[in-house]
Amino acid sequence: MTKLKFFTLAASLALSVFCANAQAQTTPAAQAAGYVAASGQPAQAARGQEFFTTKHGKDWSCSTCHTAKPTVDGKHATTGKVISPLAPAANAQRFTDAAKTEKWFRRNCNDVVGRECTPAEKADVLTWLISLKP
Amino acid sequence: MHPSFRTIVGAGLLGLALTGAAHADSNLSVAPNAKHQQECSSCHVAYPPGLLPAASWQRIMGNLAKHYGTDASLDDATTREITAWLKDHAGTGRRVSEEPPQDRISKSNWFVRKHDEVSASTFKRASIGSAANCSACHANAAKGDFNEHAVRIPK
Repeated sequence: MTKLKFFTLAASLALSVFCANAQAQTTPAAQAAGYVAASGQPAQAARGQEFFTTKHGKDWSCSTCHTAKPTVDGKHATTGKVISPLAPAANAQRFTDAAKTEKWFRRNCNDVVGRECTPAEKADVLTWLISLKP
Repeated sequence: MHPSFRTIVGAGLLGLALTGAAHADSNLSVAPNAKHQQECSSCHVAYPPGLLPAASWQRIMGNLAKHYGTDASLDDATTREITAWLKDHAGTGRRVSEEPPQDRISKSNWFVRKHDEVSASTFKRASIGSAANCSACHANAAKGDFNEHAVRIPK
């Protein structure tokens, strides 16, 4: 390995460690930007609201548990457990942990849509959620 | 037989010898596991491990993507940690060693017996929802405390 290649490898390793740390604590805007970049198209809040509040061929929509304007508490459709607001303006904890965001998108899209959501769908929904004010 | 009469007769027959055992029976507290608390209680009471036998926990944790009607899947490392902890502290007593239908705590024979004075309509109250909502009546359920004297059934 040449010295240059070694330096490049070390630098990229350091960068990936930095990014992994940065991922642990992120912001809603940063995550929305990431989904927009991955989708290759601008996000549309109105499309996100539509996606969130309608059913996709299964029993539940996102709003079944999170309510149609998730600046307020929701309720789990089967267990009845209270779900704190999803909109960042009403709940500062939301969308600050990228792994947690991905975990819940994976599970809930599977329950609501029957598949994982696309980056464009995530970008739209998150952009709409960020736009909500309590 | 009237429930209260049966309770009195039962208490009389069992006598003092079982008083200690009956109390221990309602206390399923173990040192908590942070991942178990965090992940399981996102959607429901983090059911104490002593309420099901190890084989039931193994099946539940092996099928989290289809978890009683919802996808509750976790990353592999978290799944492994919680599974091991649940199995380590699983129920081993004569009652709990029975694997209930669908691995549902509320379908266990002991559960049905202990709740035979609670009607189906009571479980369906808006304040309760279903028999899965332990903490509606057992305020300290998440800590493994099911002491009968602390039960408060909401209206």
